[in-house]
Amino acid sequence: MNNSVAKEKIVSLRKKRSLEDMRFKYYGFTAMCLSLAVLVFLLYTIFSKGYTAFQKTIVLLEVDYNQDVLKLTPDSSDEEMEKGKFFRVKKQAIENFFPNLSKSDIKLVKKLFSINADNEIKDYFLDNPEVINTKQQIWVTAHSDVDQLLKGNSRRDVSEDRRKLNDIQLSYVDQLVEENRVKQVFNNFFFTKADSRHPEIAGVAGSFMGSLFTLFTVFILSFPIAIGASVYLEEFAPKNRITELIEVNISNLAAVPSIVFGLLGLGVLLNVFGLPRSTPLVGGSVLALMTLPTIIIACRASLKAVPPSIKEGALAVGATKTQAVFHHVVPLALPGTLTGTIIGLAQALGETAPLIMIGMIAFIPNIPTGLTEPSAALPVQIYLWVESAERGFQEKSAAAIMVILIFLFMMNAIAVFLRNRFERKW
Amino acid sequence: MSNSKILANSVDVYYGSKQALFGISMDIKEKEVTALIGPSGCGKSTFLRCINRMNDLIEICKVSGSIKVDNEEIISDKTDVVSLRSKIGMVFQKPNPFPKSIFDNVAYGPTIHGLVDSKNDLEEIVHSSLKKAGLFDEVKDRLNEPGTSLSGGQQQRLCIARAIAVNPEIILMDEPCSALDPIATAIIEELIDELRLNYTIIIVTHSMQQAARVSQKTCFFHLGELIETGETNKIFTNPDNTKTQDYITGRFG
Repeated sequence: MNNSVAKEKIVSLRKKRSLEDMRFKYYGFTAMCLSLAVLVFLLYTIFSKGYTAFQKTIVLLEVDYNQDVLKLTPDSSDEEMEKGKFFRVKKQAIENFFPNLSKSDIKLVKKLFSINADNEIKDYFLDNPEVINTKQQIWVTAHSDVDQLLKGNSRRDVSEDRRKLNDIQLSYVDQLVEENRVKQVFNNFFFTKADSRHPEIAGVAGSFMGSLFTLFTVFILSFPIAIGASVYLEEFAPKNRITELIEVNISNLAAVPSIVFGLLGLGVLLNVFGLPRSTPLVGGSVLALMTLPTIIIACRASLKAVPPSIKEGALAVGATKTQAVFHHVVPLALPGTLTGTIIGLAQALGETAPLIMIGMIAFIPNIPTGLTEPSAALPVQIYLWVESAERGFQEKSAAAIMVILIFLFMMNAIAVFLRNRFERKW
Repeated sequence: MSNSKILANSVDVYYGSKQALFGISMDIKEKEVTALIGPSGCGKSTFLRCINRMNDLIEICKVSGSIKVDNEEIISDKTDVVSLRSKIGMVFQKPNPFPKSIFDNVAYGPTIHGLVDSKNDLEEIVHSSLKKAGLFDEVKDRLNEPGTSLSGGQQQRLCIARAIAVNPEIILMDEPCSALDPIATAIIEELIDELRLNYTIIIVTHSMQQAARVSQKTCFFHLGELIETGETNKIFTNPDNTKTQDYITGRFG
């Protein structure tokens, strides 16, 4: 082949090769756009469905704290005040606002208010006992059905039997709206209350705390064990068949479906050891088992990444093996290990199946204060709410998803920060 | 002249089934610089790492034969490797300061061996070690900066200071200048010349000029065998063995 022919061939092939380049760039760009679009769509759906959950509807009532109705006196002790008949002043306030109601109508109107309204009237009184025998304008929480109607989440133009509120109730709601006695405010209940049968007073505080306690348990159990196991395997274990077998099985363990760990928790932790059901202690232990391989793999990778020359340097000045490992190798591997741990914890945070197996799916209406108290967890809470028929829970589940996503986002941000801040380049 | 410090007798080293050293016998005198030269893969680093049992780190490495340091056998399961290594310092091919401050780098050895009781003592050891390594004047104002922030030559001298700090009798140097520029190399070579007054030094080097400049004795290795050993002057001017002759005149290697 002479020179000019070779040149021609190179030129013609060169065109094809640069076309290939272009095509590949285009494919990659399309793939990226596609995944971005899906992500944006997902976030948009969640946000558009969920943002209304951060608002609640409240109704203005004129409450007469009459001492005879309350069966209290201005001198009543705190304990007596606790037992005041606040439901009666609420009923009276409703009757005053809608005069001439029949008994059945009163029942219907009462359903426009949250079950929590009595408590709100009571709390206001307990905070300001001097209001006895006066009339006060008090905003109380509306029932979820009213809330959903005013947020436009439930339709009023369908036949009565397909609505939560019947025609009479609708007319009363309209009357309240007309007189400007209804407004939407920030829904503090969503962040301060635990789960409830009533959507308007259901919140994520209980499951959030449950998740925190669970993650705490996971961290306390898995982090030291994982570091111990990785340091042993990486630095001390003899390289033989048994070690190899263990190494392979750690990777296998990472691939075990999480529900299997749940079954293990149910069978061993609950039934054999008799640990308390539905608690963060058990949930955390199960998730710790699940997280362990992830952390071990991350920790071993970071231990491997520490250059052997550092260890040799320490050994050469007469450090024992343990000193060389714990003074020099482990501290250098720690940032990578922590990053892996946080990613493992993030996985654990989103895990639902094993928690269902050990009973963290129970309905827990109060906020847990310890590791051994029954509690829910965020992902299970979402599952519970998505399952609920009540329309009010739909926006709650979307909002809870937002909470868990923000939680995850923050954990990952910490991991990235740690990695950038402390990771060394060799 | 002086007494023998290290006495090796038919040392064999195997990596798995491959034999790397064949019956090495050697007599290393006190307070002298002995250079180990030879082409790559001839086993000179392997031999060096036998002396402070660094080969223990390599699991497939098996050492047999006898090496006596101060008449004490060190190729034995009973050898206390940790105290052996505090007696025999080592400087590696690539400077490997700990990713800690300059001060902590030097202080690490004395601290783990419990050589010091007070902070002042420690400071004194660190300062004197840095002075002996000829680094003190350059770093005295920044002892708290990380050791890795120093230049390559300074890092290597820091590693020498780190080795000196535990008060060894022997210093092993595994191609200490191969990663350094000529100026840093010259400084280290000068330093080696000074250190020879107090320490027995064994240096592995690829540079024959370096061996000629710094050493009193030279040992020539080839394919795992010790071909010739003798006064540096003699080896470089009038070697007995033709292989040595060929190597130092650049005919192979």
